[in-house]
Amino acid sequence: MRVEQIAVFLENKSGRLAEITGILAENEINIRALSVADTADFGILRLIVNKVDLARKVLKENGFTVGKTNVIAVEVPDQAGGLAGVLKTVETEGLNVEYMYAFVNKTGENAVLIFRFDEMDKAIQSLQKAGLTLLSGEQVCAL
Amino acid sequence: MNMMRVEEIETLPRTGLESIQLQRLQRLVHRVYETVAPYRVKMDAAGVKPDDIQSLADLKKLPFTTKDDLRDNYPFGLFTVPMDDVVRVHASSGTTGKPTVVGYTRGDIEMWASVMARALSMAGVTKGDMIHNAYGYGLFTGGLGAHYGAEYLGATVIPVSGGNTKRQITIMRDFGSTVLLATPSYALNLADAMIDVGVHPEELKLRVGIHGAEPWSENMREEVERKLGIRAVDIYGLSEVIGPGVAMECLETDRGMHILEDHFLPEIVDPDTFEPLPYGESGELVFTTLTKEAFPIIRYRTKDLSRLIVEPCKCGRTLVRMEKVTGRTDDMLIIRGVNVFPSQVEHVLMGIKGVEPHYQIEVNREGNLDTMAVLVEVSDQVFSDEVKVLENLTKKIQVEIKDLLGVTCKVKLVEPRTIKRSEGKAQRVIDNRTL
Repeated sequence: MRVEQIAVFLENKSGRLAEITGILAENEINIRALSVADTADFGILRLIVNKVDLARKVLKENGFTVGKTNVIAVEVPDQAGGLAGVLKTVETEGLNVEYMYAFVNKTGENAVLIFRFDEMDKAIQSLQKAGLTLLSGEQVCAL
Repeated sequence: MNMMRVEEIETLPRTGLESIQLQRLQRLVHRVYETVAPYRVKMDAAGVKPDDIQSLADLKKLPFTTKDDLRDNYPFGLFTVPMDDVVRVHASSGTTGKPTVVGYTRGDIEMWASVMARALSMAGVTKGDMIHNAYGYGLFTGGLGAHYGAEYLGATVIPVSGGNTKRQITIMRDFGSTVLLATPSYALNLADAMIDVGVHPEELKLRVGIHGAEPWSENMREEVERKLGIRAVDIYGLSEVIGPGVAMECLETDRGMHILEDHFLPEIVDPDTFEPLPYGESGELVFTTLTKEAFPIIRYRTKDLSRLIVEPCKCGRTLVRMEKVTGRTDDMLIIRGVNVFPSQVEHVLMGIKGVEPHYQIEVNREGNLDTMAVLVEVSDQVFSDEVKVLENLTKKIQVEIKDLLGVTCKVKLVEPRTIKRSEGKAQRVIDNRTL
């Protein structure tokens, strides 16, 4: 139950994000979710897209440093306390979150939480045991 | 007020000085040929024997010594005396990670102190002075070299070394320092810090500043003089020759530093053909030590560009003067008084797994201090989706550069292929300092 995510290195200079989204658009790649982690000197763009390998290839061809990693997508009802419930499980199971971000699906009924844990296998087991819904890559892109 | 000392040897007619130099050179060449295999091998290869040195003009028959020779014989291979007779070593950074090591006998330390004392005298320093020595103490020759010279002269030395600028100002005011020994950039840093702590230069007894170990311009000299209300003079030295005290500006000169020629024999050679050039022409400065015991050096190519002025100086000294160093024949940088070779940075980067050897060094002067930034391209191997991984990488590079070079730098990760690849040699250094 892993979802492939691509990460792109960004120097802090103007226009880089626009350039990346432009390249993806030209190649008809759809972005399902994204987040940017930024420091004083650089940023890391994380993307979940419908065509992971193509996205990686075209960005590389355009000179970007691109990495592929696995994340976990957890679906929760889009209502108050949705995220809190998941994080409670994360805490009681002693899982270490490297980072997370979220988006709401088109119907607006559910929210999807994207997690990067340091121990992915343990996290998958724990979250499933707690009865949470984990989505596959195809499911995320089909939303 | 104590009388300033001008040594008799400094005012000899040139012919008198040259005959002393020749005697010392002949003795030196015999000694290194007999005691140091690497010198003997090089001289044999060049087909020159010690007895071939019949005049100072014969100096050009001898092979040059370079930093590579020092590295090849690291650490003590070029010493001419047993280690039992070596009482001290100093080291400066080499081109590829190994430092350049130099050694001194008790006699060398005494000679060094005497030349440094003579250098201080040229700047009007006497035994009545209170010397604030802000050069770094340690492997670097600056601190201890200046210290021993000041003591030899009989002055009072404050071995304050570098750092803790506010305390330095307090000491300078309370102890009544009259002479400041510091890199020119640190002198300006002190001047600015004085404004911050509300100490006015008029509250100080400072009279003269002796500044060296890094390049500085006439503009910078004016700034030091104006901000600290002192005379600022230039000093030259390098550890391979001895350390500070190789050449020094007197108070009367219109240009150039007097070389302590009875101990250090200078030449200027064409940087391309290595042929000796006549007085007045610009080229690479080459030194032969005439009196050193543990680590004499023959025709050491300094890679510093300068010019020799033989016309007598207003001060009465007949010692030849070298003009302020105008540049380098190699890519060495001097950052806050520390020698930095781009190849050393490359050496560090190559040692870190996954880091590409595409880098650039950016040097700036912020306020009065030099800053160095190393730009490193982020390759697929080192890239991560986690911020902490990349931050650990920059920290690791920073720590390793600091360990090797002794210079704190900023490491900036950049996108691949953003560092310009020029045809042939990459431009490794962008030096934005206006010196």
